[in-house]
Amino acid sequence: MFPAPFEYYRAGSVDEALALLGQHEDAKLLAGGHSLLPMMKLRLALPPAVIDIGRLAELRGIEVSGGRLHIGSLVTHGEVATSEVVRQHAPVLAEAAAHIGDPQVRHKGTVGGNIAHADPASDLPAVLRALGATVHLRGAGGSRSAAADDFFVGLLETLLEEHEILTGVELPVAGPGHGGAYLKVEHPASGYAVVGAAAVVTLSGDSCTSCRLCFNGVSATPHDATGVSSLVGGDLGDDAIASALDGLRIEDPLSDLHASGEYRVHLAKVYGRRALQQARDRAAGG
Amino acid sequence: MGAVGQSLKRREDPALVKGQGKYTDDLTLPGMTHAVIVRSPYAHAKINGIDASAALATEGVLAVYTGQDIADSEIGGVVPVGWLLPNLVTPPHPILAIDTVRYAGDGVAVVVAEDRYVARDAADLVEVDYEPLDAVTDVLAALEEGAPQLYPEAPGNVAFDWDLGDKEKTDAAFEAAHTQVAVDLRNNRLIPHAIEPRACLASFDPLSGELTLRLTSQNPHVHRLLMSLASLNLPEHKMRIIAPEVGGGFGSKIHHYPDEAIVSWCSMQLGRPVKWVATRSETNLTDAHGRDHASHAEIALDKGGRITGVRVLTRAAMGAYLSTFAPSVPTYLYGTLLSGQYDIPAIHVRTLGVFTTTTPVDAYRGAGRPEATFVIERLVDLAARTRGEDPAEFRRRNFVPPDQFPYQTQVALAYDSGNYEPALDKALEISGYAELRAEQNRRRESGEGKLLGIGLSSFIEACGLAPSQVVGALGAQAGLYESAKVRVHPTGSVTVYTGSSAHGQGHETTFAQIVSDRLGVDVDQVEVVHGDTGQVQFGMGTYGSRSAAVGGSAIAVSTDKVVAKAKKIAAHLLEAAEEDIVFENGQFHVAGVPSRSQGWGDVVLQAYLAHNIPDGIEPGLEETSFYNPSNFTYPFGSHVAVVEIDRDTGEVDLVRYIAVDDVGNEINPMIVAGQVHGGLAQGIGQALWENAVYDDNGQLLTATLLDYAVPRAHKLPSFELGRTVTPCPHNPLGVKGVGEAGSIASPAAVTNAVVDALAPFGVTHLDMPLTAEKVWRAMQNGSS
Repeated sequence: MFPAPFEYYRAGSVDEALALLGQHEDAKLLAGGHSLLPMMKLRLALPPAVIDIGRLAELRGIEVSGGRLHIGSLVTHGEVATSEVVRQHAPVLAEAAAHIGDPQVRHKGTVGGNIAHADPASDLPAVLRALGATVHLRGAGGSRSAAADDFFVGLLETLLEEHEILTGVELPVAGPGHGGAYLKVEHPASGYAVVGAAAVVTLSGDSCTSCRLCFNGVSATPHDATGVSSLVGGDLGDDAIASALDGLRIEDPLSDLHASGEYRVHLAKVYGRRALQQARDRAAGG
Repeated sequence: MGAVGQSLKRREDPALVKGQGKYTDDLTLPGMTHAVIVRSPYAHAKINGIDASAALATEGVLAVYTGQDIADSEIGGVVPVGWLLPNLVTPPHPILAIDTVRYAGDGVAVVVAEDRYVARDAADLVEVDYEPLDAVTDVLAALEEGAPQLYPEAPGNVAFDWDLGDKEKTDAAFEAAHTQVAVDLRNNRLIPHAIEPRACLASFDPLSGELTLRLTSQNPHVHRLLMSLASLNLPEHKMRIIAPEVGGGFGSKIHHYPDEAIVSWCSMQLGRPVKWVATRSETNLTDAHGRDHASHAEIALDKGGRITGVRVLTRAAMGAYLSTFAPSVPTYLYGTLLSGQYDIPAIHVRTLGVFTTTTPVDAYRGAGRPEATFVIERLVDLAARTRGEDPAEFRRRNFVPPDQFPYQTQVALAYDSGNYEPALDKALEISGYAELRAEQNRRRESGEGKLLGIGLSSFIEACGLAPSQVVGALGAQAGLYESAKVRVHPTGSVTVYTGSSAHGQGHETTFAQIVSDRLGVDVDQVEVVHGDTGQVQFGMGTYGSRSAAVGGSAIAVSTDKVVAKAKKIAAHLLEAAEEDIVFENGQFHVAGVPSRSQGWGDVVLQAYLAHNIPDGIEPGLEETSFYNPSNFTYPFGSHVAVVEIDRDTGEVDLVRYIAVDDVGNEINPMIVAGQVHGGLAQGIGQALWENAVYDDNGQLLTATLLDYAVPRAHKLPSFELGRTVTPCPHNPLGVKGVGEAGSIASPAAVTNAVVDALAPFGVTHLDMPLTAEKVWRAMQNGSS
């Protein structure tokens, strides 16, 4: 309820934030505050300094350019969920953002904060993997990018270096025959994902030309069900989907009071199947 | 039409919904300081020493006190048990632990500082040298041989061994039974989760020797009494306890916790106001928990399917200490309800109260009655199923018939009134029961769609606590009457002083309705004052669904006394005999001569002017009563839960919930419905989601809302309510109480529905909460 003492800085620009990060060891960046502040109040996080980047206009904005959808790291979940641009070009991302927390959380929590925190049970990571997103990072030495597939490296752990800022994500825009679906089993207490299944497929006529299925909540990092690539070239029929998921194996599944690892893997199979079916139906124009 | 029976909007709400309610933490006093209580991280440990030097050296820290400091002082320093059972073991409960801690959260020291942040930081600097001991958190494990022991005076961790009913007769009924069914079941441990955490603000005036304590209390006079007798030993006339706005309690703010005594003592030491507000985690760790029973329950039937006996053995966790009313909950508030709505010729119940190294357990919404309802309603469902019979028909056959009231049960209670079949019929009708069963069969045969389950719960509760002589004989250390003063002001408006201290129930509205209805004055002319020992004469407080039946009746009686006196004055003014005066619609008139009348305002003014009042009548118009009920009240009803279960995952959706309640006369039907809704949400929460879980070391794993699943609005269906009205025959309002009905009935209804859905898998019982994984595993095991 009462965090330990810390210093507070408000950055006026990304450059200033980077400079402050360089000056204060173990400092934490504050954006929407919905991951960091609860941990500080429970004294699970004890940063000596907090650098507030929440007002940096340069990290806001949703736009399409060069066939790519760009979302600034300070864009809130509420903005993603309701953005016509996101709904048009990455509908499954809007769908997933609408599942995060409650309206208050969605109107404060940010895309960048969410993925930098890398909570395995949050809703965006698997969706970003399934969509083939790229994450943009900036440090004192310059900018770099990482594929979402590589970005999440462990429990609450990402490629983000201590002195870097996550500036945004970039996604391919949905083309013809695109279909996506995000289905979630809500944790009855926290509302986080016990399992969140993100399916993204492309159909050309009746034939599947791309297919990805990733899960939140089941393992330390978003799990990529690579086995579903066998569906490419087929018709994405129910039987094919079911058999592609039969062999789903997830190492070291997460487990808590509400759902054991074994049950989570079972849920992943069921909701993975349902998500693929729904993505297919949407791709087919259903 | 009078005000009683009208769904008036709550006068409390405009301030509350605008965020302008003043709760304890909203209050500030000049020179106020802040306390943080240092709590044990261990469930069970010896304290070898406490070093507070680093905390004391922190700038802004005023004091650090330990249990030893309190033991060395003149105050009693212990929190008492308010309900004694025969042979109850009552180990002392010091307000700060002295040499041993017995649950994770037990207070060991208190830090007082100029501000909250300093106090919180300094609390981390108090070095306590703990020597960990073994923990035991499960009620059955605590009874096992070799289990860690909490108290030498309670061998085997048994606090009490209590029974009720005729054991021989019951055993004989089982020997003669045509059919017997038994079940082992748990009633899951719950954490209350009032929205406002417990808090207090103590201000001791060294000059006058008076303590003013603002406290999150459901019963400020009871707190004052207990603190005066046991923890602080200040005389009652030097203690004023005020309950400001209180944001929910559900029982958790009945009890006298160490914290308010610690904080009061700090203020007495420092001569400055001291505030303490529990954090949410601290609330979950230290608010008295609810339920936590392990029971073996049996039912005996004759050939025709009539219940011939019920036999129950319950092991009830008490936690680390006996909380204020803890011993009464799994005994007199539980065993006495095991007859349910049924005519059962032989019942025996034995309850062991068991110490565990956990947060103390005490009354929580329903307090004993949800546990009893769960036992009896699971048993009748199992009995019906064993007989291959519809559970509604089985219940109907065994109901106490309407011509048998008053009905003496085999477990002490005498039901004053009841008419059970119409409530069941109504619930079945609203639910479309026959069609639901047909749909269930269709789905079972086709194997398509979600599994459908239909669960009934025909419940009774004893509330309106309580006849003082009866509870005194059963061990209560207080009477359970209620007081009310009705003060009529010279210009005719009214202030009511009630001992029923509200914390969300809407008393300011409903109590005004009672007075308005009886006096014929506008409801806006009636003010209701509660929650302040400095203003209200006395009070036993708000719990046990007692406020309308006992507190409301006290107001009715006082109001009637006011009318009786006013009639004397009116008779005098009208030069008529007192017995000829009729009072209706705010007018006094001579019987049969409506034109010879005096208005309410004229008579009241004359009472205060006293220029022209009868000889022997004192001026003024105010009356006080202490209403002592002659019996409990017995609300009842029948509920129907309809669930759908995902065949692939076991996820349970509660799709419909029908509640037909008979709470007697309703003062404000909207508030009644609100109480039913809230109670249902809590009972459904218990059935489907809520569970307090400890690990083997005694750490509470569900100490935050990330892990403890409170019910959420979007998971609940729109409730379908119905009612029958069987007024209480023994109180002046004919009301019975509604605060707990929903939480009493619904755990059994939902569980019966889930088990019903799973019947094709051979599942006969599942313990709450009915999580998706638990249901899924039951389907796997049942079908394999």
